[in-house]
Amino acid sequence: MEALNFNWNSVFFYLFAAIACGFSIAVVLTSNIVRMAFYLILALGATAGLFFLAGADFVGAMQLMIYVGGTLVLLIFGVMLTAKGPFISMKTSAGEWLMGAVVGGSLLAVLLAAATSVKAWQTTPDQPAQAQVTATRLGMALMGARVDSLEQTNAEQRRGMSGYLLPFEIVSVHLLVVLIGSAYLARPKKRAGRRVVGE
Amino acid sequence: MNPLYTPVSVSHFLVVGAIMFVAGVVCMATKRNALGVLMGIELVLNGANVNFVAFGSEYLRPGVLGVGLDGQLVALFVIVLAAAEAAVALAITLNFYNNHSTVDVDQADELKG
Repeated sequence: MEALNFNWNSVFFYLFAAIACGFSIAVVLTSNIVRMAFYLILALGATAGLFFLAGADFVGAMQLMIYVGGTLVLLIFGVMLTAKGPFISMKTSAGEWLMGAVVGGSLLAVLLAAATSVKAWQTTPDQPAQAQVTATRLGMALMGARVDSLEQTNAEQRRGMSGYLLPFEIVSVHLLVVLIGSAYLARPKKRAGRRVVGE
Repeated sequence: MNPLYTPVSVSHFLVVGAIMFVAGVVCMATKRNALGVLMGIELVLNGANVNFVAFGSEYLRPGVLGVGLDGQLVALFVIVLAAAEAAVALAITLNFYNNHSTVDVDQADELKG
């Protein structure tokens, strides 16, 4: 059967790539903020599929949980709190569209030329690689130990493989500071003339 | 040759990343709604993440000395920092909305000389 010779990895890559690119462009083209949020969910979800296809299972799961499940829910709350009357659909003037199209088109031309011009990036594996779960190696690297450096035979390469304990701590404290700061920024205003001291 | 029968390469992922990145840049430049600008930032960060994961992938280039696991680790940091950035930017937008009753970024010109 001819149909069974499909490279299913490629088939699903093109499916997810079409969803991701198509809905990214739809986010740009629509002027309705509610539709933009929905298209963004689909684009980011399809990106998680691309991560799974590239063998990054843990990053794909985190993309779904943190990005689609956390950050976008936050954005949608922002849309719901501010979307009324004229703010749901804000039109952009034709001149700004023209400028955006020119700048975006030239940037896209440069990036596509760069992405397709290097020979080494176009070589494809002869046979599919062995499936490997990355969660353990990623967790050990965040704790400062690169267990994947043990199988690295190149000594020079092995020396450059450092753990990520310090960046992990910095990001943790940064996240804590940011959440306290944003809760303080978005707090409700106290009404003037009202005593806030308890009885 | 039918592309559905041949395996994909790193270049395919880079093209997807480039399209998402450019869509985000144009979104940031043309949207007047502050939340639309935020969504453009999310698209830009995701386009960059696609590139990081593609270069770090062992599936696409087995046996090649690429960035290896570092690509996935950087992508994880980008995801966490994007969450932090969205929280702060949303708080600022809501504050702006409470004080000025609008989310139009063109109206935020109080500092204009």
